[in-house]
Amino acid sequence: MQYQNKYTVTLIALGILLILCFFVNISLGSVSIPKSDIFNTLFGSTENTSLKYIIVDYRLPKAFTAMIVGSGLGISGLMMQTLFRNPLAGPFVLGITSGASLGVAIVTLGASLFSGILLVMFTTKWTLVIAATLGSFLVLLTVLIVSTKVRDAMAILIIGLMFGSISAAVVSVLSYFSSAEELQQFVFWGFGSLGSLSWQELFILFIIYSFGIILSLGTIKSLNSLLLGENYAKSLGLNIKKSRLIIIISTSLLAGTITAFVGPIAFIGLAIPHITRQLFHTSNHKILLPAVFLLGAIIMLICDSIAQLPSSDYTLPINAITSLIGAPVVIWLLVRKRKMMF
Amino acid sequence: MEVTNKHIVLNTENLSIGYTSKKEQTIIASDINIKLGQGELVGLVGANGIGKSTLLRTLTKVQDPIKGQVFINSIPLEKQNALDLAKTLSLVLTEKLISKNLTVFELIALGRQPYTNWLGSFSKTDIDMVYRAIRLINIESLKDKKCFELSDGQLQKVMIARALSQDTDLIILDEPTTHLDMYHKAYILKLLQKLAKETNKTILFSSHEIDLAIQLCDKMIVMTESQVVSDEPCNLISNGHFENLFPKDLIAFDEKTGSFRVKK
Repeated sequence: MQYQNKYTVTLIALGILLILCFFVNISLGSVSIPKSDIFNTLFGSTENTSLKYIIVDYRLPKAFTAMIVGSGLGISGLMMQTLFRNPLAGPFVLGITSGASLGVAIVTLGASLFSGILLVMFTTKWTLVIAATLGSFLVLLTVLIVSTKVRDAMAILIIGLMFGSISAAVVSVLSYFSSAEELQQFVFWGFGSLGSLSWQELFILFIIYSFGIILSLGTIKSLNSLLLGENYAKSLGLNIKKSRLIIIISTSLLAGTITAFVGPIAFIGLAIPHITRQLFHTSNHKILLPAVFLLGAIIMLICDSIAQLPSSDYTLPINAITSLIGAPVVIWLLVRKRKMMF
Repeated sequence: MEVTNKHIVLNTENLSIGYTSKKEQTIIASDINIKLGQGELVGLVGANGIGKSTLLRTLTKVQDPIKGQVFINSIPLEKQNALDLAKTLSLVLTEKLISKNLTVFELIALGRQPYTNWLGSFSKTDIDMVYRAIRLINIESLKDKKCFELSDGQLQKVMIARALSQDTDLIILDEPTTHLDMYHKAYILKLLQKLAKETNKTILFSSHEIDLAIQLCDKMIVMTESQVVSDEPCNLISNGHFENLFPKDLIAFDEKTGSFRVKK
């Protein structure tokens, strides 16, 4: 269709940019490795085992994680914004992130309170993942149930924020009663980190993420009709309850698991859809969804490259970088266009 | 009333409308028996708060009737699922669009959703139907504009085009002329008349433009506190139904001109 053609070029350009960012991301780090060595390690064979270790077991999974995180959070933010008819919606504002951290807090910090079975398994990453996903799913479900009673979209946002406060309060109470060791584990999770995933964990994250992405593809049509408002969407034959549920499941799979594996990542879920709308000038989800996917991955790779502080031994918390880099971008876009696209 | 063999698109049987809350039922209007034939332009008029919206909501399955039944193409409304209904009934509502950041073409193309696959890809028929709707409403020049660039009158035309592209036997519009100036009120209603004739679709709209509706509609539904009557405008005038439409202290219906006059 003629309307999609002009976007295809931009999408392909973004795809190329993504590949470029991927290689730049891999070639930057605390140890500087010549480009030729990186290509030899990736595509050929190299005898240098420490090189191989740095690239294959550290930088490569980190780059993949960054792409999953950026695209997954971006898409979940996009779905939230359309479902809740609110440009401020996003995994963080609607309490999904707080739900996930509440789940993790209950497992890590509450282990001493609920001794027994939990104590045995609390250290495994899988428990964290399940707890975080369940936590985010429950919060989102509650927000949604409340949102069917309250028609005002602003009220829904405030309710989301209230849930965030409640989770934060429960987390403080739990941390008061927990040991220093448990507290440390929770605090480290809260900093957010892309580099802590093994190939095996990355594989599991990828599978759940793929489910979420496939589900989100199925929501494109309903998201587009929701742009008209719920009554119009219904008159177009859309089963609102079913679509809502699919959107919610997809969002909590994406945002929930990502948060579980890499910790809460601020800003990305809210900002990527806005940056994409400003660049593509459309609300058509058939274009927005792939564009958010690519831009999310690109921006996250860039943020991660900066967080590495190339050629130094320091690594900044990724959570800080996403906001430091991203927020000015959104402000700049809004000021330049003087108009918010939604 | 003349006897016709027109295909009946929408009819109601002893319909009572209103709200059911936990404690009680509030009946707004009862014994509504209306019949809308194919290709008819029908205007629904009544004072504010008389229940026009409730009637439209009941006819469009947004809310359930208290008593009686609604039939579309002789099939009871409750037996039609959302998707089937979307292929026989399209709507133009008063509510604002969530996003105006779609092009006019994209917006009209959303009307094809009941026919497209899970990804919403368009077939050649879909594209043809969209262009047909654009031609019928005569908005070729707006096709590539964004919805936020349109005036209220243009946007209303686009929304009607969207309903047309849905290719349904029945189009129901809720107050399509509010917020429009006098010229555009007449323009939109005249457009609806043309569409009903040319496409043979049944078009039902609620409106406060009683004088315009009297001039343009094939049939009108008049809602008053005591009853809901539907007939041709001239019969409604001669039977004096418009006189009971409003409280009589301020305005009176003038049969000769078919409009309301302020009492001196």
